[in-house]
Amino acid sequence: MLRYSVRRLLQLVAVLAVLSLLLFAWLRSLPGGPVSALLGERATEESRHNLRAQLGLDQPIFIQYLKFLGRALSGDFGISTGVQSGDSAVAIFVQRFPATIELAVIALAIAVAIGIPLGYMAARRRDSFLDNISVVSSLIGVAVPVFFLAYLLKYVFAEQLHWLPDSGRQTGDLEATRVTGFFILDGILTREWDASLDAFLHLILPAIALATIPFAVIFRITRAAVLDVLNEDYVRTARAKGLTQQVIRSRHVLRNALLPVVTTIGLQTGGLLAGAILTEKVFAYPGLGEAVALSFQKRDYPVLQMLVLTAAMVYVLVNLAVDLSYAVIDPRVRTR
Amino acid sequence: MAIGTGRKERIDELAERAGDIAVEKAKTEDVGVSLAASAFRRLRRNPVFLLGAGIIVVFIVVAVLSPWLAPHDPAARELTDQVIKARNEIPPPQAGHPLGGDEQGRDLLSRLLVGSQQTLLVGVLATMFGLAGGLVMGTMAGALAGWVDSLVMRAVDVMLSVPGILLAVSIAALFPRPTIFTVIVAVAMIQVPVFARLLRGSMLSQRASDHVLAARALGVKPRAVVFRHMLPNALGPVIVQSTLVLAIAIIDAAALSFLGLGNPDDNKPEWGQMLGNSQAVIDSHPHLAFLPAACIITVALGFTLVGESLRDALDPKNRR
Repeated sequence: MLRYSVRRLLQLVAVLAVLSLLLFAWLRSLPGGPVSALLGERATEESRHNLRAQLGLDQPIFIQYLKFLGRALSGDFGISTGVQSGDSAVAIFVQRFPATIELAVIALAIAVAIGIPLGYMAARRRDSFLDNISVVSSLIGVAVPVFFLAYLLKYVFAEQLHWLPDSGRQTGDLEATRVTGFFILDGILTREWDASLDAFLHLILPAIALATIPFAVIFRITRAAVLDVLNEDYVRTARAKGLTQQVIRSRHVLRNALLPVVTTIGLQTGGLLAGAILTEKVFAYPGLGEAVALSFQKRDYPVLQMLVLTAAMVYVLVNLAVDLSYAVIDPRVRTR
Repeated sequence: MAIGTGRKERIDELAERAGDIAVEKAKTEDVGVSLAASAFRRLRRNPVFLLGAGIIVVFIVVAVLSPWLAPHDPAARELTDQVIKARNEIPPPQAGHPLGGDEQGRDLLSRLLVGSQQTLLVGVLATMFGLAGGLVMGTMAGALAGWVDSLVMRAVDVMLSVPGILLAVSIAALFPRPTIFTVIVAVAMIQVPVFARLLRGSMLSQRASDHVLAARALGVKPRAVVFRHMLPNALGPVIVQSTLVLAIAIIDAAALSFLGLGNPDDNKPEWGQMLGNSQAVIDSHPHLAFLPAACIITVALGFTLVGESLRDALDPKNRR
């Protein structure tokens, strides 16, 4: 187990090293180069010259790379030039991070809560009406552009029916005490239930839009895994031993079928981050995804580069955690 | 099943199936029906496949014939006099213009019809570029193994670790101004690591197979072993993946347009671009978004249905 963990951690370091190299190359190839990227396109020639000297752009390239690494490691990504001009990129990240986590967690919860039971039931009654209808809807779910679904939800439930709010994280004039930055949690901690409820209502529509693709994937993997397990010899053995259906379902089928599902849930993080860019933009939800959308429109490269790096790191770390937990659940993995 | 990180899992599993298929093929040789033949026989009776294939055929026919099918020039602002910005009015459906006009007074039906052409172009080219990139990387990794393999696969890991749209955004940001070409390149880049990983896994299972060993033992040159014996047999899952990727590419291109990274030249319409550009007027004229969206969803569904049923048909587990 220890050797496995160490090996995975070393791989992680390798991935991050290559990523930093690519990010460095990317930043240098942006139109106008890093000076324009950091100062914006309207900077004067003098300030450009100063910054070039300050950034050491006249030095050999590998020294520049090491300096870039040093800045990145110390969390210095520069000052935002468009999304929230004047704030440091890190401050923007810290401020928006809880919003996206809140959204992603609820979306993932919806996807898991519906996807796993539905996948299980569909597999148990293969080729039934329920099976066919859920397979077809999962295929349609993948074919609908996320941002269009978000628009559709917003149009119907917010603008036409007025059941739910159409944008933001919380109603503007609501007074709420900030503790952690997670609005639902803040409301619970300070016993401002109305604030919690309000934040939750704001989350419902974006979370449903964001949940469609993870739902479709989790549903299909669960269904396929349960179908595979149902055909296994040990399930037949269990049945032959005379175990009750209930015991077979919970101990033999579900438990083994959930192994690939756990991995799948881990790999949805990348998709959730990508989907958040589109969903948050539609609902003007002030999270990291909206910052990505804005940072591109406003050519705010300090913010964009930090978000690319952190998105990749979150993805890699979550998957590392999933792999390690997998090694705990399934002893066969460790010996590889 | 190999245990790895992230999406890799699924990709590797697909690749492994290529090996299974080869094994299964050998086992059932005496039955006298090849896997391809039996797959085709099952596909012909599969309503899911037929529906998907039907959608694709209609889509391609419309795309090819659209210049003649379209009643008007999609770029001509024939109805501009009916566009009233202040009152947010656009041309309603009328004689000669069954769907009315868009926010610039151009015939909507013609734009939808002609839009199929650019949409097909974006989907096919993005898939081909992604496939080409993945083919080069995957073949190198699978054929050369050793440190080349490690290096290529770490690069693939990095590309997979950046969420799809964010990767496309980063690539598109490298170009001073967006064109249809930058959209295609950005969308293709998302798929390069997927194809590369899939092909590498597939190549590795070919490498371990008996016919490759036999070819080597006969003294076939290494290059010929890779290109004549391994690569053609490893392509199966990659081709299945391509149909699925085509659907994803069309959707991703629409997402880029939505983020303001699409092709700004709208004289040659494209559905993703029409959907992306309709944001400004979506509240007052939702049909300007719904119609291109419906086209995208239908076509994406068509390619997904074909891809999924192809994958099922080629899975030896479902034979019988």
